[in-house]
Amino acid sequence: MPGKLKAKIVAGRHLPVMDRASDLTDAFVEVKFGNTTYKTDVYPKSLNPQWNSEWFKFEVDDEDLQDEPLQITVLDHDTYSANDAIGKVYIDIDPLLCSEAATVISGWLPIYDTIHGIRGEINVLVKVDLFNDLNRFRQSSCGVKFFCTTSIPRCYRAIMVHGFVEELVVNEDPEYQWIDRIRTPRASNEARQRLIFLMSGELQRKIGLKVLEMGGNAVVGYLQCFDLEGESGLVVRAIGTACTLEKISTLPSTATHQSNSSPSKDMKEPVFGEEVPGIPLSSGPPTPLRAQTFSSFSPSKSYSRQSSSSDTELSLTPKTGMGSGGSAGKEAGPLKALLRQQTQSALEQREYPFFTLTSFPSGFLLHVGGVVSARSVKLLDRIHNPALGNTRSYKLLDWNSFTADEPETRDAWWEEIRQEIKSHAKALGCHAVVGYSESTSICEEVCILSASGTAAILSSRFMQDGPLDTEHRLSRQPLVFSTGSERVEGDMGSSASLGFEEVVPPGCGFCHIPYDELNIPFPAQLTYCYSCRRSKVPDVLFTTIDLPADANITGKGCLIQARLCRTKKKAQGEGNATAISNLLPFLEYELHTQLMNKLKLRGMNALFGLRIQISVGETMLLGLASATGVYLTALPGPGGIQIAGKTPSDITYEQHISNMQKKINDTIAKNKDLYEINPPEVVEEIIGSPIPEPRQRSRLFRSQSESSDEVSELDLSHGKKDAFVLEIDDTDAVEDIHALLTDSPTPQGFYSCNTEIMPGIQNWTSAIQMFTSVRVFRLNNANLTNQGLNKIFSDLCENLLKSLYFKLRSMVPCCLCHLNFTVAIPEDELIQVAVTAVAMSFDKEQILENGKQSGEKTLTKAITENDEQLQFNLELNPESSHANPLSSPKGLSEVGSHPSARAPSVDYSSFADRCSSWIEQLRLKAHTIRRGSVKTTSSMEKASPLPEGRSRSLRSNRSYSGTSVAVVKMTPLSFIPGAKIIKYLGIINMFFIRETTSLREEGGVSGFLHSFIAEVFAMVRAHVAALGGNAVVSYSMKECVFMENPNKNQAQCLINVSGDAVIFVRESELEAASVQPQSTTHTSNGGEGT
Amino acid sequence: MSVELDVFVGNTTIMDKEVYQLWLNGYTVNDAVKVRIEGGVMEECEASADVLLSDTMDQYRTFQMCERLLHHPAKLANQLLFQIPPDRQAMLIERYYAFDDLFVREVLGKKLSKGTKKDLDDVSAKTGVSLKSCRRQFDNFKRVFKVVEELKGPLVENIRQHFLLPDQLARDYAAIVFFANNRFETGKKKLLYLTFQDFAFCAGQLINHWTLGAVDSMMEDMDVDLDKEFLQDLKDLKILITDKDLLDQHKSLVCTALRGKTSVFNEMEANFKNLSRGLVNIAAKLINAKDVRDFFIDLVEKFIEPCRSDKWTSIDMNLFLTHYTNSAHILDTFKHHAVWTRYMGVIKSCILRMYHD
Repeated sequence: MPGKLKAKIVAGRHLPVMDRASDLTDAFVEVKFGNTTYKTDVYPKSLNPQWNSEWFKFEVDDEDLQDEPLQITVLDHDTYSANDAIGKVYIDIDPLLCSEAATVISGWLPIYDTIHGIRGEINVLVKVDLFNDLNRFRQSSCGVKFFCTTSIPRCYRAIMVHGFVEELVVNEDPEYQWIDRIRTPRASNEARQRLIFLMSGELQRKIGLKVLEMGGNAVVGYLQCFDLEGESGLVVRAIGTACTLEKISTLPSTATHQSNSSPSKDMKEPVFGEEVPGIPLSSGPPTPLRAQTFSSFSPSKSYSRQSSSSDTELSLTPKTGMGSGGSAGKEAGPLKALLRQQTQSALEQREYPFFTLTSFPSGFLLHVGGVVSARSVKLLDRIHNPALGNTRSYKLLDWNSFTADEPETRDAWWEEIRQEIKSHAKALGCHAVVGYSESTSICEEVCILSASGTAAILSSRFMQDGPLDTEHRLSRQPLVFSTGSERVEGDMGSSASLGFEEVVPPGCGFCHIPYDELNIPFPAQLTYCYSCRRSKVPDVLFTTIDLPADANITGKGCLIQARLCRTKKKAQGEGNATAISNLLPFLEYELHTQLMNKLKLRGMNALFGLRIQISVGETMLLGLASATGVYLTALPGPGGIQIAGKTPSDITYEQHISNMQKKINDTIAKNKDLYEINPPEVVEEIIGSPIPEPRQRSRLFRSQSESSDEVSELDLSHGKKDAFVLEIDDTDAVEDIHALLTDSPTPQGFYSCNTEIMPGIQNWTSAIQMFTSVRVFRLNNANLTNQGLNKIFSDLCENLLKSLYFKLRSMVPCCLCHLNFTVAIPEDELIQVAVTAVAMSFDKEQILENGKQSGEKTLTKAITENDEQLQFNLELNPESSHANPLSSPKGLSEVGSHPSARAPSVDYSSFADRCSSWIEQLRLKAHTIRRGSVKTTSSMEKASPLPEGRSRSLRSNRSYSGTSVAVVKMTPLSFIPGAKIIKYLGIINMFFIRETTSLREEGGVSGFLHSFIAEVFAMVRAHVAALGGNAVVSYSMKECVFMENPNKNQAQCLINVSGDAVIFVRESELEAASVQPQSTTHTSNGGEGT
Repeated sequence: MSVELDVFVGNTTIMDKEVYQLWLNGYTVNDAVKVRIEGGVMEECEASADVLLSDTMDQYRTFQMCERLLHHPAKLANQLLFQIPPDRQAMLIERYYAFDDLFVREVLGKKLSKGTKKDLDDVSAKTGVSLKSCRRQFDNFKRVFKVVEELKGPLVENIRQHFLLPDQLARDYAAIVFFANNRFETGKKKLLYLTFQDFAFCAGQLINHWTLGAVDSMMEDMDVDLDKEFLQDLKDLKILITDKDLLDQHKSLVCTALRGKTSVFNEMEANFKNLSRGLVNIAAKLINAKDVRDFFIDLVEKFIEPCRSDKWTSIDMNLFLTHYTNSAHILDTFKHHAVWTRYMGVIKSCILRMYHD
């Protein structure tokens, strides 16, 4: 029901001169919400008008409150001609709708015009009176809190993590409406800005509704994106993780108490106990539910993709099982076992066990399987919308003339991808995907949809119901088949039945493989964990999440990037889509190889925060993979890189090879030094993978063998451990080596990473500097080879990094954190790279004064808020959601049967050609593995509690410098060093368009973009300040679309930014108070042993 | 293959002092890069020339965008576009309004008009200060002049408040404005040996003692113009040279006091009447705007040059002026003590300041 929105226009300042004659302006203001408009009086002849208006009141539905922005337009009154617009301010009033966020918006906000940029400022006051709405069927979701932060926000505690929420809305893009031909650019831009405001509001409201339905009160890791599909429309989509959060008000002694008691309880409770809460979901309803879900996407499509990928990968039981899920259930599936599995998967499809979080409350993340990703190439014919029923006032496109026979929707596209991700996760023995994200790249009518995440096993503690529940139940079934057959299986079974409340060692537990080592979905080298020696760990681990706070690492981390450029022929429509999908697997494969090489070159064995971006242009594809490499103490050290020539003919050649080898070895040694990687000497205990039957392994190999695989297989046998051989006869390999050796090291005093914080650095000072840098590179000569392009692209990135280091040299020693690269191909021959990151200084002396700090135990959690993280109200809900994947031979045979079953349904126009997943790539390469372990043993690890008081020592190390009040800090991280976030004021989600027809006068493209980005920053800061905040955390620039036409002296740019507005206070007086609970929680944590 | 677009924007605007100075000095981007390379910043930071070029361009762009704000320094503090820490803001303003003594010497006392601005290329060629920098400095003078011209109250304080300048710089600007307003002649050959700081010092003296504001800071009028009434009264001092008795008496008093205390006593004694006439005539003529302009040239011609040719030291000068001033008060028939003190106080410090090579 309704609410009352009140706005008061106080004053303006620095207005532009609108009347040349008097050099003054007669300004007045229009305040518009929905369809109601109010006006202030004209304040004549002033550049600093004082309107001091009455309170304008809007009585509106809360649904509108959520969707609509308050629109303030400043105009210059003109007696004889039309009034001239000076500019506008859009105010998102969502933060005012939540009692825990801001209560009033008050302050100076920049007046923005899409043609002229910022033109003065206006001082406004906005308030909302909300009446309580008890209507169960309401369409609004006021009060649901949104956070961009991909971890549990600092001053909250998670009561429950409900799971994945997603939504998308589509509309016609005003820029492509017929009316655009006759209206001014300004009108068109404003229509677009307003539409996107509306659409994001609506999206947020709808997601909020879903959250309420799930019983949650917040969305964490909210990621909203725009797809500007051009002619075919505009898609706004969002994903997030629904949670029930509770504000931490006082010292939560109860939490401590509970956490102490929980382990025992968890242990005792029978596995099946969890069925009770799970009932409504697991029993009756799923079938109808499933039917619903499926109706919205075409099964045939999933087939076509599967078939394309299946010729390279054979053995992924779960994947195929999953992918075929619904459709097979409908169409075929004579086998009973098959049917059963399909039912299971259908159940699981009810919802996605995805989490957009990248860091987790302590004890939540049990094991990590590895990166899963899926891509799909689509043709943007038309938008056909959503089964989700779009009821908003703006009209949807109606394309039914074309699409009658093909109910293709964006929802279905994503659904398909998510299914694939889910199945990949399952293949890795994982029941959940964390650090999940989705993205698109569009060029003309081709769109690549990508999703990626990290397969993981989570503790059920924060999830009382939902998919995991179901899945667990189901996954037990295969166990029945397998138990007894093998010892290990038996182990697994028992561990599963114990629930995973069983203790996982904090520092290494997440590395333990979650899958069954006898049925590894890909060849892997397993060893016993180097920390606890109890469970198996992979030799390499790739993830998309942040390094867990309690992970044991050696030395420091660093940014690792793989860059790749591939030419492609110009093509249209289907042909183009096919060409792209054919290229994608190679692109991914090479990116992966590069990452591996670079990782090894740095002497590291794990990647965190992996983000792979594939961008498509008319004549090329760009791939950029960024991640933060670290040396996980629990994993074996990486082998070296060996170079081999295929044709050891003459001596000079040998010489050449040995020179290169030497160079590489030197670099590795240097890097080890640089990153302080000196793992404790461990008795070499090559366990290898105890996979007993080498037969199986080789079979896996061959099944997808490509020429290069033979090589890697060879090395495995000849080198020690996983020595890595590069064939330099192969031009690709030569290139690889070049790329390896040309990556210049970071200058003295600098570190860089793309995760929240730098593994191995803790004592941050309060000096932070967030920045955005954009470069566009023009390739002048059209006929470039792949190698040439690669070099150019790689140099572009390297040079950009070098420039950043140079710019920020005054902050040394410092670390560039959360380095987020986005690449785009704005037009033929142009490559655009945008980086947003934060530079943070730290104290050189790494003081680990606390004696309990064990040698290599490095704490990555530099920040303060450890305490909150640990103070979870633990759910005593001991369901174990061990997914026991596929395993049995039966599974394999199923796989075999699937491709054929699918073949006939291959279908066409969707170009669902899906680029195969990471897993597939992994399997291509023998040496790339990741996992965690299902097999965790007893509670021994209790004995290694986190060192208490470590945070305390961190704190005292930190130095705090004063800040001035007016300053608004911005950071892509979820925290501010040396400060404590005391309040979240709401989400900032802003979209701006800037256009110019006098590009040269504004300093060319650089001048234009420079001032636009500065303006965007300014507007973000101003809105945060108006909410009463002094910082934006988890800030990101999600979109920066730049188009130019220098000949016409024109340019246009769209920028979308988001973040969380917060109030922080410098830690000082807070200090004393927080130390106390910290030690208690640590203890409890230790006891819990999670 | 070329970098088409290259920008870097920090939440806190990053500004390199060195580059800022190069920009202020009117270096082109390429020249600035050269200077920076020579300065060794590359070795320091393991950077390449490309990096340096990119950084320099970026900074130049930032400065250009800031320039608009620097024209109204008060805006810099409450603008939203750039987040600049207060100390940085102060640095930006101070350096933006800093000027070259060589340059200011050229335009000091000239009308801050378009005509003068047109001649800046000559000034630039003469002083070696780049034209761009000359223009900036000139525009600064003009801007400050325009703003304070209309304002009431103490000149220095007004400048400090409106342009947020540090004290010394505000005083210098006060001098520039004062000179421009009164159009003092400073460009004659005989005056060339004087530095801007000499003139600034003198301007300070004049502002503090000879303007209306000097008498009553709350006065409606401002500091920019000399106190007309006082100038009028100065005519009365003429009696010191027109009345022969008074002149002789004055001379003998001074001579008595100085005998044996100075090595140039004889020259002084011989020249006393000329010197005294010079000083008093300057006073008497100041009521005419034209003669105000020639104030400094007169001081030099009528007083400083004769003394210099007699090889007076500054100590001699100080002694003489002290006794010359004081003795007048002892004269029986001389009644204008206040005016005399006000006049001679300034004259004495000006001459002492100006008496060098």
